Amino acid sequence: MFDLSGKNALVTGATGGIGGAIAAALHGQGATVAISGTRAEKLEEVAKELGDRVHVLPCDLRDRAAVTKLGEDAEEKLGQVDILVNNAGITRDNLFMRMKDEEWDDVIAVNLTSVFTLTRTILRNMMRRRAGRIVNIASISGVIGNPGQPNYAASKAGLVGMTKSLAREVSARGITANCIAPGFIQTPMTDALTEKQVETIAAAIPAAKFGTPEDIAAAVVYLASEEAGYITGETMHINGGMVMA
Amino acid sequence: MSDIAERVKKIVVEHLGVEADKVTENASFIDDLGADSLDTVELVMAFEEEFGCEIPDDAAETILTVGDAIKFLEKNSS
Repeated sequence: MFDLSGKNALVTGATGGIGGAIAAALHGQGATVAISGTRAEKLEEVAKELGDRVHVLPCDLRDRAAVTKLGEDAEEKLGQVDILVNNAGITRDNLFMRMKDEEWDDVIAVNLTSVFTLTRTILRNMMRRRAGRIVNIASISGVIGNPGQPNYAASKAGLVGMTKSLAREVSARGITANCIAPGFIQTPMTDALTEKQVETIAAAIPAAKFGTPEDIAAAVVYLASEEAGYITGETMHINGGMVMA
Repeated sequence: MSDIAERVKKIVVEHLGVEADKVTENASFIDDLGADSLDTVELVMAFEEEFGCEIPDDAAETILTVGDAIKFLEKNSS
């Protein structure tokens, strides 16, 4: 089950903790992967670790034209994109009253607008083939909110609504669109938390620990598989029981 | 009937799964042929492929009937 041999996947944010694990997991199931991120050197490192069946496509997701080009380049390198994983995300945390316009705009541009633009580009040929898997990485912050993250939470909640609308449009055409909402996962993003924050958060998690990037990657493999054809518009919550939706 | 008209009608018949005799020039994709809005987007994509041309969004919005499509393609296809 969940064999992805012969499938082609594009993963954004592949230099991050979760994105790297997603690329590795899809690759491990046999997929050819195109990995994208802002840091070209780090991408090359990830590619080297994976071995063959890997393409490196650096991209700054704040640049709309570059995002469209990323989609076109991925289709050219891969032949076609069967699996699109919109994983890239940034944080620019600040209290609501102190948040700068640029902090708001950057997070919305990378976390939400780029997903729309890239998906629109890739969707065209998925529609032609009447097949495709779109997996968007949301966040528990978008589900329950998080102090200091009005921008991040808005972008991630936005992904959930956008994904549901997309699923309603395209599911009759063999394309599924789903979200995964990770809880607190051990990554460079959560390494920024203070010890006290980590303690407080862990106390609210029934599993009593942070998750791993592999916990998320396994769910991406499932949603990307042929076997998951009847699940669409869904948000899969992977958070150690922190929220039971 | 022009060659273009025949090719357009063939695409419509195949894509929407309707009887060929219902695909008249006055037939509206949505009102007469049972297409939904996404079907019309897909039809435009199919026309672009068949005729090797690009149909911009503002032009696509004016293509409501089989005749509209034929007229547009007679003017714009290579």
